[in-house]
Amino acid sequence: MTDVITAALMIVGAFFMVMAGLGVLRMPDLFLRMSASSKASTLGSGALLLAVAVHFGSVGVTTRAVATIVFLLLTTPIAAHMLGRAGYFVGVKLVETTVIDELAGQYDLRSHRLRSKQPATAPPESDQPQV
Amino acid sequence: MNVSDLALYGILPALMLAILLTVARLLRGPSLPDRVVALDLLTTLGIGVIATYAIATGQAAFLDVAIATALISFLGTVAFAYYIERTV
Repeated sequence: MTDVITAALMIVGAFFMVMAGLGVLRMPDLFLRMSASSKASTLGSGALLLAVAVHFGSVGVTTRAVATIVFLLLTTPIAAHMLGRAGYFVGVKLVETTVIDELAGQYDLRSHRLRSKQPATAPPESDQPQV
Repeated sequence: MNVSDLALYGILPALMLAILLTVARLLRGPSLPDRVVALDLLTTLGIGVIATYAIATGQAAFLDVAIATALISFLGTVAFAYYIERTV
């Protein structure tokens, strides 16, 4: 029974790892590649580490495997966020079929802060007295 | 066919295929963040290879290497992202 669970978890993990590699190679855009790689690789390595925990079945190995999974779950989104933000600042081209880029013009390029109002469509000053 | 044979002859070749696809993106990648994404995925695939190899050989001590690899991968990716953003 333990062997069946281990084999199933390993096959699921290897499938998602191959999907992550395929997505990184085939996706047309940096952000789509990051979307494919971060989620699928987290799921794949988590399944493989769970397979290790089930296969050995001791307290020490399970603790280390779960600690690694928790660490991956904590750090992969942070790394992907920082890398995507850096790529957007550098000016990586979006794919041609992009419908909308809601971040366009929202970043202040000097202070690297994010604004929420659009400067182009800001209403003109209306409280000035009419002359 | 027991679990260690499956890990050695089934899972590790699949992970090698994923590593080859990722190395292709690492070599092609038109911009620097593309290559950093490929490097990050390579270290995560390395964690998977270490876990599979621990099952294939029956040595649970390889998991310590997986933890250290995850830590160094995160630090490297964050440092790369920080300095890429500083170049603008």
